[in-house]
Amino acid sequence: MSTHATTRIVGAPVPRKEGVDKLLGRARYVDDMEREGMGYGTTVRSAIPRGLIRSIGFDPHIDWSGFTIVTAADIPGKNHIQLIVADQPCLADGKVNHCEEAIVLLAHASKQQLREAVAAIHIEYDPLPPVFTIEESERQDVIVWGTDNCFKSFLLEKGDVDSAWSGAAHIVEGEYRTGAQEHLYIENNGVIAEHSAENGVTVWGSLQCPYYVHKSLMAVFDLPEDKVRVIQTETGGAFGGKEDYPSILAAHAALLAYKSGHPVKMVYDRMEDLAATTKRHPSRIRHRTALDRNGKLLAMDIEIATDGGAYSTLSSTVLSRATLHASGPYVCPNVRVRSRSWATNAVPYGAFRGFGAPQAIFAMERQMDEIAATLGIDRIELRCRNFLHDGDTTATEQAMREPVILDQLMDRALVESNYHARHAQFARENQGNPIKRGLGIAAFYHGSGFTGSGERTLNSLAGVDVTSEGKVRVLVSSTEFGQGTNTVLTQIAAEAIGLDMIDVIMAPADTGIVPNSGPTVASRTAMVVGRLIERAGLQLVAKLREHVALGECFSCAEFFAACEAYRAACGSVVSLCRYEPPPGIFWDDQKYRGEAYPAFAWSVQVAQVAVDTVTYSAEVEEFWAVQEAGRVLNPVLAAGQIEGGVAQGIGYALYEKVVLRNGRVANNQMTNYIMPTAEDVPPIHVYFEEIPFQHGGYGAKGIGELPHDGPAPAILNAIKDATGVSFHSIPLLPEDMFAALAAHHPVEEATTA
Amino acid sequence: MSACWPIFHITVNGEDCAAQVPPMKRLLDVLREDLRLTGTKEGCGEGECGSCSVRMNGELVNSCLVPVLQADGACIQTVEGLAANGELHPLQQTFLQCGGAQCGICTPGMLMAAAQLLAHNPHPSTAEIREGLAGNLCRCTGFMRIFESVIAAAAYNLEDSKNRRSEQEADAR
Repeated sequence: MSTHATTRIVGAPVPRKEGVDKLLGRARYVDDMEREGMGYGTTVRSAIPRGLIRSIGFDPHIDWSGFTIVTAADIPGKNHIQLIVADQPCLADGKVNHCEEAIVLLAHASKQQLREAVAAIHIEYDPLPPVFTIEESERQDVIVWGTDNCFKSFLLEKGDVDSAWSGAAHIVEGEYRTGAQEHLYIENNGVIAEHSAENGVTVWGSLQCPYYVHKSLMAVFDLPEDKVRVIQTETGGAFGGKEDYPSILAAHAALLAYKSGHPVKMVYDRMEDLAATTKRHPSRIRHRTALDRNGKLLAMDIEIATDGGAYSTLSSTVLSRATLHASGPYVCPNVRVRSRSWATNAVPYGAFRGFGAPQAIFAMERQMDEIAATLGIDRIELRCRNFLHDGDTTATEQAMREPVILDQLMDRALVESNYHARHAQFARENQGNPIKRGLGIAAFYHGSGFTGSGERTLNSLAGVDVTSEGKVRVLVSSTEFGQGTNTVLTQIAAEAIGLDMIDVIMAPADTGIVPNSGPTVASRTAMVVGRLIERAGLQLVAKLREHVALGECFSCAEFFAACEAYRAACGSVVSLCRYEPPPGIFWDDQKYRGEAYPAFAWSVQVAQVAVDTVTYSAEVEEFWAVQEAGRVLNPVLAAGQIEGGVAQGIGYALYEKVVLRNGRVANNQMTNYIMPTAEDVPPIHVYFEEIPFQHGGYGAKGIGELPHDGPAPAILNAIKDATGVSFHSIPLLPEDMFAALAAHHPVEEATTA
Repeated sequence: MSACWPIFHITVNGEDCAAQVPPMKRLLDVLREDLRLTGTKEGCGEGECGSCSVRMNGELVNSCLVPVLQADGACIQTVEGLAANGELHPLQQTFLQCGGAQCGICTPGMLMAAAQLLAHNPHPSTAEIREGLAGNLCRCTGFMRIFESVIAAAAYNLEDSKNRRSEQEADAR
């Protein structure tokens, strides 16, 4: 019932908990830290995409005595990075499967000496034929992973797709492609590691998931749980890019610390981070859609292929989310999604905000505009005729048990963007004007939390305790990396207990202190972990009432006095709660049927784009994002999440291109990997409709990934609206638009003199 | 070796500092390693992201592109020098209120760029703010809240100067 009650702190624009430290420049990121006797580490990487390592030579001109040298032979435990499948070595042993794969690690007391030393290690290879594209991998002429190059496949089926085509009034087909995308967190990956026989391995680092790193280090060092400790330092952006990769970097630094006997810091520079760490999975998605004469969906046959890179990392779960978002927020009686993730000899792709959904939604929402054009139905009308409503079922036959207000979101988006008037105005002004303006729409959902049975498997534990200094501490391994974890979780604890923000602090994200509340991913923190903190806070108050007669109403002083009385009587003051799935949840992992997500967040976005038919550049001029993501816990932070996600989505659509040459990132600099700047991002208007979700922390659903899902299709739909030309792949750069636009908008229209 | 290196004198946040370092050592590294002022961050090391922005003799510079010999004798202001007498600078206050900082890694540089902008243009238009901050990349916010923060700080300045004026007028009377 808490979701409907009035709240004092939840819902208020409380300032960021760690904000003052960040603004004063005193927040401690990993590169701001030092340990006594610390040395520096670096990585010697593969220069080729695939091959056998014939020899590793050390140039005799270097005095190697001051260096610590680590190869696969030095690993005390298992030589793999523990994630889903244990296929990725911690250090290459005899063969390499992608450029930049780590082969040798070096540590030295002086950073300056390392660069020269890396150049003095000569690795000779016997190259093997590499695979660089989804198509090459599918052909299976060269097998680079397993027996068939396929990391994972899913088949999702609803109704009977094959018999739907004959009765269809229209069949529309389309193929869509998305490129890789770099997270471009401004703080590169970095860690400091220590090792001692007594304490085992300790790692401090810029990371999202302390317990992922913890688990991976246990395997690499063959150590028990209590001999590995992982501590998150202030983290300068992550976006998924610090979900899986830090497990590798932490293992590398820890191996150097283990062999050298000294703490070792490894902080990548930008070029290394861009070249060697994960990116968003490239995709190719094919749609075949059957409709009746009124534009109602009859069948969708969708085929997804992603490029997973050289090792499986998180490709299977990214593919799962792509599969579950492929058919969009629409009702369709017959759906088939066949999806596969393919191995190539690219640097492994990994988690990135949206996690497969942006790829799937790009294809679905471009396809909707193609359908509208083919059928001659207005694209808004087409979407509204097919939107999911309460009681409808998704492609997995998940019934919509919470209210679905897509019509309302669409109406609001049209009103706030003044859509119809603008559209009419552009239609007039575009005539004879080399600048063509258009509007584009995307409608979509994003599933909050882990997929299917995921949250039950995670079995998260979180809670609060009370320190002897008189503060409530939030105990979670959920991390802050800009999205607001610290603030919303302390808001929830303060609200639930009845304290002020100043009375609640975050425990350090240190596996030696906090329980495993699951990874900080999948838009799950506010909803799932927030709910655990809400329950833990209420449970603590109930305990104090029962055992030490805390009154119905209490002051802060009375609360902490009760805590001390409890401590004297019963020991420590701790309240922990474990995840409990909402009742009536069913998920069949084999058939991909049932409740795919505990909840969905919904959004309609509108992009206004101007295309210059002289320079072939496209500029997003204004953007509207309307969403329902449950209760908004903090309006300033929530809007910041939406705006930041939209800006990344604009980059994904129009700016950010990872150029690969022979499997190597050719533009691994901020000079040539271009993200939107302060001059490129348009005004972004953000609106929330709030429907509290009864199983989320104070009614919250997931919010972090949602905004990244829509900009790319909305923008390409707007370009179609402006120019009449359909583009099917992103990133869409001027050179990509050139040929098609030049043909469609002949030069005389564009001449100025 | 280090005995051969010259001693460089720089004034940082009003304090005289000296560092005996190689002349081509980056100002960024002198600030972070030799003077232990780690508020200034490195994002790209090639002058693209602006995280290492500091003010040098009244100009905004990327400290990753400035060899320390070029800074010899200069007055430098870093993020650590913004707050005075235990009070947040107006920009720090408005960044806090408006949500101008998320992960915080671009924030020190962004604050210095914003301070530089307001020093030369106390009441910038949104277009001028966009231009003034174009050399500082933020991957979290999408910039909207940073613009708001700068606008709010400019209003704060205006309010402040109005107050000062009315105080002066009151004194004059």
